[in-house]
Amino acid sequence: MAQMNMVQALNSAMDIMLERDPRVVVLGEDVGYFGGVFRVTDGLQRKHGEHRVLDTPIAEGGIVAAAIGMGVNGLKPVAEIQFADYIYPSFDQVVSELARLRYRTAGEFSAPVIIRTPCGGGIRGGQTHSQSPEGIFTHVCGIKVVMPSTPYDAKGLLISSIQGDDPVVFFEPKRIYNGPFDGDPHKPAVPWSAHAGGEVPEGHYTVPIGKAEIVRPGKDVTLLAYGTMVHVAQAAVRLAGVDAEVIDVRTLAPLDTDTLCTSVCKTGRCVVVHEATRFSGYGAELVATVQEECFWHLEAPIQRVTGWDTPYPHAFEWEYFPGPARIAAALKSVMEAA
Amino acid sequence: MTPRSRLHIPFPPARPGDKPDFSYVQISPAGAVERPESKASVREIESLATQMVRVLGDDGKAVGPWNPRLEPEDLQVGLRHMLLTRLFDDRMQRMQRQGRMSFYMKSTGEEAVAVAAGMALLPGDMLFPSYRVQGLQVVRGRSLVDLMCQCLSNTRDMCKGRQMPVMYHWGSGNIFSISGNLATQFPQAVGWAMAAAIKGEDRIAATWIGEGSSAEADFHHALTFAQVYRAPVILNVVNNQWAISTFQGIAGGEVQTFANRGPGYGMPGIRVDGNDFLAVYAVTQWAAERARQSGGPTLIEHVTYRAAAHSTSDDPSRYRPKEEWKAWPLGDPIDRLKQHLIELGEWSEERHAALEKELEAQVTASWKEAASYGTLTEGPTLDPATMFDDVYKEMPPHLARQREELLKLRTQGIGAANAQHDGARPTQPMAKEG
Repeated sequence: MAQMNMVQALNSAMDIMLERDPRVVVLGEDVGYFGGVFRVTDGLQRKHGEHRVLDTPIAEGGIVAAAIGMGVNGLKPVAEIQFADYIYPSFDQVVSELARLRYRTAGEFSAPVIIRTPCGGGIRGGQTHSQSPEGIFTHVCGIKVVMPSTPYDAKGLLISSIQGDDPVVFFEPKRIYNGPFDGDPHKPAVPWSAHAGGEVPEGHYTVPIGKAEIVRPGKDVTLLAYGTMVHVAQAAVRLAGVDAEVIDVRTLAPLDTDTLCTSVCKTGRCVVVHEATRFSGYGAELVATVQEECFWHLEAPIQRVTGWDTPYPHAFEWEYFPGPARIAAALKSVMEAA
Repeated sequence: MTPRSRLHIPFPPARPGDKPDFSYVQISPAGAVERPESKASVREIESLATQMVRVLGDDGKAVGPWNPRLEPEDLQVGLRHMLLTRLFDDRMQRMQRQGRMSFYMKSTGEEAVAVAAGMALLPGDMLFPSYRVQGLQVVRGRSLVDLMCQCLSNTRDMCKGRQMPVMYHWGSGNIFSISGNLATQFPQAVGWAMAAAIKGEDRIAATWIGEGSSAEADFHHALTFAQVYRAPVILNVVNNQWAISTFQGIAGGEVQTFANRGPGYGMPGIRVDGNDFLAVYAVTQWAAERARQSGGPTLIEHVTYRAAAHSTSDDPSRYRPKEEWKAWPLGDPIDRLKQHLIELGEWSEERHAALEKELEAQVTASWKEAASYGTLTEGPTLDPATMFDDVYKEMPPHLARQREELLKLRTQGIGAANAQHDGARPTQPMAKEG
């Protein structure tokens, strides 16, 4: 099997789908000749031509709107928004149009648009290059929301997204584009070649949408995470010395309630982790779901460890970031309860 | 063959390895464009949007009706501001390369766009900048130490460590906050100008946007609102040919000029040689005069060239010829003003070298002071608990609780990893070009 980082895995997914399906087009700012500011579309225009891999004007609203029109006319657009922080000019097109087109036309029209966008902090991007706005999109009915944590999942989930018939907002945690990150910025960078998730088949395969993955089985407490935080969570488990079951949520909408709740009913304890802000964050949905399904099995209040409710500050990235120590403290605290 | 539609894919005339080709840039001779009255009706002056206002000829002489006839002392001040801007940029780029700060964006080659426009406006006029017009700060007399401290996110940072480098603001200097998101300032400037008129003030607003980000809807919001209400605002499009890797054709500049969008909305559009200090000064002065007389907005396209990389995270050798700037037909704004002053007998190579030395020393001294307030790698750091300030005017209870939690964690040694010393190096592009 080949070794790939997440950038290469995503590139491979698009390459394969451009090859297999003439309806697939890729569009976005700097994605064509240059290959994307994070190199995710590197070489795709050269290989598949400038009519299928398009450099667009700087207009996120225009990119998504045009993608919707293309989708309505039979194409499968994969649009890149250069940073998730730049997605808001397209918000009306996503919320009012893309998400609801199938519903409002009783299925007569739909647009299978994929919006890929890098998210998350840890690269000193300040408040306009670090956001994790997934919770804003999971609140919208009619779009699927995905965030992988490994190159293997990234490729398989992106292929599934492109093959599907519904719009998907596909968040790419940019801090782990080049290697897993356990939350300690002082440690040397680890490449994906040192991680099992960096083993990626060169050919076509899928990872199902709507399916979470147990990345570390355990019996004491269930730790729910996604994206970069899956790796940070595992570091926290080692730090806390508890036998935690770590679950990578992977697809935030639709949510694999069964996998999550089976685990929490077994362990009786749960900690939810995300990098996004806490108030009305996606973690609130996870906590509510677990509470509804597992209340009579719970032995401690469910805890959330998240970014603080402030914009992402440039100077205080690591004070802001919900690192392993904070997660470990939460794990210990739920273990000590009752 | 049945005819069928096929998309036109804009492609720049030259890519890496190709010979630079700027034959697409239509240039009027210096002095050739007429200067109308500032109250002229849009229909009479539509040609200003397609010609190019130029004052400085290749011989260094100032010619034609747009010559603002500035005193030599003013020209020397302009030269000083442009040179200081360039030396400041160069130093900050070097400091980023040394790991002392996280990111930087130079304005090399575009200094006249900011400096000449800034000088043609009044101190009370409100400026809504993009991220590549730092010359405005220099014109308004902002201390370099303040700018550097912002870039360093240090203990004297005006943003309290909350913004990436170059995202300055200056309330008392009438310069608005720079956003990392593009084009947002353009319609905001219009609203500010509307308020000035509503309040009966004679202050005007001016704003800058890149040709790339003129594709954003906010550009069109700005033009619509500005023209509907004849707001006293100057709307500047800085066409520096490149938006990271995409050339100005991708932004819609292949067939029509960006200035020509002005008449489309009913306002004057002026296309100006953005590397000609005198021309930029003159058209700004014209637009300001019009705005102050209730004549409404003007759209100015500054034709210039982004000589530097988009940012310290960018590598332009991947997408454009390395030597492109040397082939840029409108030259270097600093060299051109310098030659003009020499031609006037008001400057010399010796004085220029002395000025450069003086300004270098100023930059060095400023850096030394700024660094004493903290850099990425050394010195004092801000208190992380301040990150909870200013989210709201009064801190709500949930933020107060989170602040307490952070402080408690820090006393336990948790989360104490100090970002000022993490040494994490971003190697990826972190902002896009307008």
